[in-house]
Amino acid sequence: METVRYESAEGFARHVNDLRRSAFASQRRVLVCCGTGCLAGGAQQVAIEMDKQLSALPAAKRTELNLVMKKTGCHGFCEKGPLVVLMPEGTFYKGVKPKDVADIVHRTIANGEVLEHLLYVEPKTGERVARYGDIDFYAKQMRVAMRNIGHIDPASIDDYLLRGGYASMVKALTTMSPEDVLVEIEKAKLRGRGGGGFDAGRKWRSAKKAMGDRRYVICNGDEGDPGAFMDRSIMEGDPHGVIEGMIIGAYAVGSHDGFIYVRQEYPLAVEHLRKAIDDARGRGLLGKNILGTGFDFDIEIARGGGAFVCGESSALMRSVEGKVGEPRAKYVHATEKGLFDQPTVLNNVETWVNVPRIIEKGADWFTSLGTDRSKGTKAFALTGKVKNTGLVEVEMGTTLREIIWGPGGGMIDDGPKGKFKAVQTGGPSGGCVPESLLDLPCDFDSLTEVGSMMGSGGMIVMDHSTCMVDVARYFLSFLTDESCGKCVPCREGLLQMYGIVSRICEGQGKLEDLEQIESLSQTIVVGSLCALGKSGPNPVLSTLKYFRDEYLAHIQDKRCPAGVCKALITYKVNHDACDGCGACLRSCVSQAISGTIRKGETFQIDEMKCDRCGACATVCKRAAIAAA
Amino acid sequence: MAFHMTINGRRVDANAGETVLATARRHGIPIPTLCHHEAVEPFGSCRLCMVEVTKAAWKGWKGLMTACLYPSAPDLIIETDSPRVRQVRKTVLDLLLARCPDADVIRKLASEYGVEQTSFVPREHPDKCILCGLCVRVCETAATAAISTVQRGHHREVGTPWGGPPPDCIGCLACAHVCPTGHIQYSEAGGVRKIWEREFKLVRCKETGKTLPITEEQAAFLAKRQGMDPSYFTMSEEAQRTRTATTLGKIARWDKLGLVQEEVKS
Repeated sequence: METVRYESAEGFARHVNDLRRSAFASQRRVLVCCGTGCLAGGAQQVAIEMDKQLSALPAAKRTELNLVMKKTGCHGFCEKGPLVVLMPEGTFYKGVKPKDVADIVHRTIANGEVLEHLLYVEPKTGERVARYGDIDFYAKQMRVAMRNIGHIDPASIDDYLLRGGYASMVKALTTMSPEDVLVEIEKAKLRGRGGGGFDAGRKWRSAKKAMGDRRYVICNGDEGDPGAFMDRSIMEGDPHGVIEGMIIGAYAVGSHDGFIYVRQEYPLAVEHLRKAIDDARGRGLLGKNILGTGFDFDIEIARGGGAFVCGESSALMRSVEGKVGEPRAKYVHATEKGLFDQPTVLNNVETWVNVPRIIEKGADWFTSLGTDRSKGTKAFALTGKVKNTGLVEVEMGTTLREIIWGPGGGMIDDGPKGKFKAVQTGGPSGGCVPESLLDLPCDFDSLTEVGSMMGSGGMIVMDHSTCMVDVARYFLSFLTDESCGKCVPCREGLLQMYGIVSRICEGQGKLEDLEQIESLSQTIVVGSLCALGKSGPNPVLSTLKYFRDEYLAHIQDKRCPAGVCKALITYKVNHDACDGCGACLRSCVSQAISGTIRKGETFQIDEMKCDRCGACATVCKRAAIAAA
Repeated sequence: MAFHMTINGRRVDANAGETVLATARRHGIPIPTLCHHEAVEPFGSCRLCMVEVTKAAWKGWKGLMTACLYPSAPDLIIETDSPRVRQVRKTVLDLLLARCPDADVIRKLASEYGVEQTSFVPREHPDKCILCGLCVRVCETAATAAISTVQRGHHREVGTPWGGPPPDCIGCLACAHVCPTGHIQYSEAGGVRKIWEREFKLVRCKETGKTLPITEEQAAFLAKRQGMDPSYFTMSEEAQRTRTATTLGKIARWDKLGLVQEEVKS
């Protein structure tokens, strides 16, 4: 396809029509997932092998098959990667290894044969499922923000155009006034997906009203919550969607300069965004006089330096300005004085990618999804002790139970330890939601009400092998490291709180500690400078609220019910179950295990020497060693 | 534009563009601060100046805001010493006391809020730095931005480039003088000033031979920034007075001879 530059909306429509009728559009596609999860599982080798095998086919066969391989963004089903999907049939292969590729090419692609061993097995029914759309993981999702991911080659602007890409932008720029666009977003009641859930329309409106020489729009791609990767997948898998959303937003508020702030750890996202920006600019969809409408807008990528706090809007703006990324008080809003002290609209990746869809389908469609005060859908990064970890997007208001036992497929381990205990939502600023609240609808306000938060959509499922005090300690250690250290309550307060919770984990806790945690939390919540500090005590407060008995067990009985906190557990050999194989003895690096390796013999663990690494329990095939 | 607001039940006038702290202090209402200084932009890091802010229209909702940053506005109702405010300040001081148990300023302030001993675990190797950032901001504003805060979280500290002697430092001591706890140390002996592991030669007045309280780098920096003759900064006061008197004397004599205009012009 030769490069074209669209001078007008008609030119754009003509080219997209030509594209639809071209051979390019009718090609069959072999989609190899090259999201970060699948790449880690060896997808790169699968793609190379696939390319080799396809090119090795005879020319006549290749013409007949009319086939192209595409490396796509994250399909979301990271648990089962690397994934290969054949379109338009929708055949879905999981766990593909380079050695499987020849079979896929010669048997499935050339002969239409389905390879049973590569099909996904639905855990509930035990049946093999051939088609993408029939798998529970996908069937129970509703993909709006992630509509294109996995279906397109993120490096191809034509792929995006064939999915209806940039049509919303053209519609907005040529048939709607900036005010119309703004009203549509206001009517859609789109709330920010980055954590706070602030009304995007209101934000846009105040930035538009504010006085300033220039206006800026920023996309926040500094996703840093442990376990969360929705924004990464969107930037990697559908970069044009983000860019289109930003162009529409810029048009509505009258901005000509945009920034996408991407965290240091996402090189692939930067690569794909950079290519997408260059391609869009080449087609005349970014830059001066877009589509001949007279509207100018361009986007620059700003890279983070690896600080969690730079995901906070005011710190992010300082970082873009080239200053130290530290938050400042928001008594004057960023919509009035943001980047370079000019009116600024900052929204998260997922928020921006929703915008084109709203313009395309209308605010009424968007508000028909979700709950009263949270409209649309939300992407979650489902991780932890569920069968299907990965990215899921569901309608707002879907209950936690429906997510975990629907797309999530339920708990990994069916044993007593594997029972559901809690789900942590909202990252380090969120909290742990217990079993009794599993029927809670997932929307901004419900989660906040129970002491957690939606956050950017991290969802970590925990079972009874997880110690809630240890979870609180983990998040505190994350926050004490990632606090910028500017203000006293966050820097000193969270550090002291980490100390208190650590002492409880080590069996040195006192009952008064719980009171001190609670009173210290109050000061941190009201006294911290930015939202990261203010929400910092959430993981502790929510575990203390719902799992107080675990704290008490640590403090009063000097016992860790989940068997996690090393100072409070001892490993014991169940002599009746032991068969004397000696695997434990060989695994112990502390030489704490004594005994003779012989059938019928058993072993002793020296508590003084044991450093509670748990290696012996892991290697014991007869489960004769357990922590107590 | 001036307007009215209420602080601790007192109706006070305030100006647009003023912070709550400025308004309160202008009216003699005390609010404690550690990271605030009139010479630099407000920062909001110590959180001691938190006050309770509300308005009649806010239906009873009261927010805790930092007075050093919160802009004064018509009809604000401010409480600077309510139980909620005192509780936050108390905890903040308690935390700072755990960080800097030897800092007199902190000990005194904490005592005013009823904290004699910290209820937290004191830092293992404490110094007196409370990380208010005043030194850094003063250096940025008045001198050469030779120092900065480095690292983050509880590893944060005031540092120099690569941890060595700061190459841009002019030894002006602004950082040391503004430090509320006396953490930044310096020494002066034999015409040499030592700060931040660097030695600076103090200026010697050519006329009187006296050592002046200004470093050679500082004199050069000030002369350049102010666009003045360096000699203005390198002469002792006596020498300057002598020079002024001599000049005036010359002018008086020349006046009699009718030569004044040309001489003064040059």
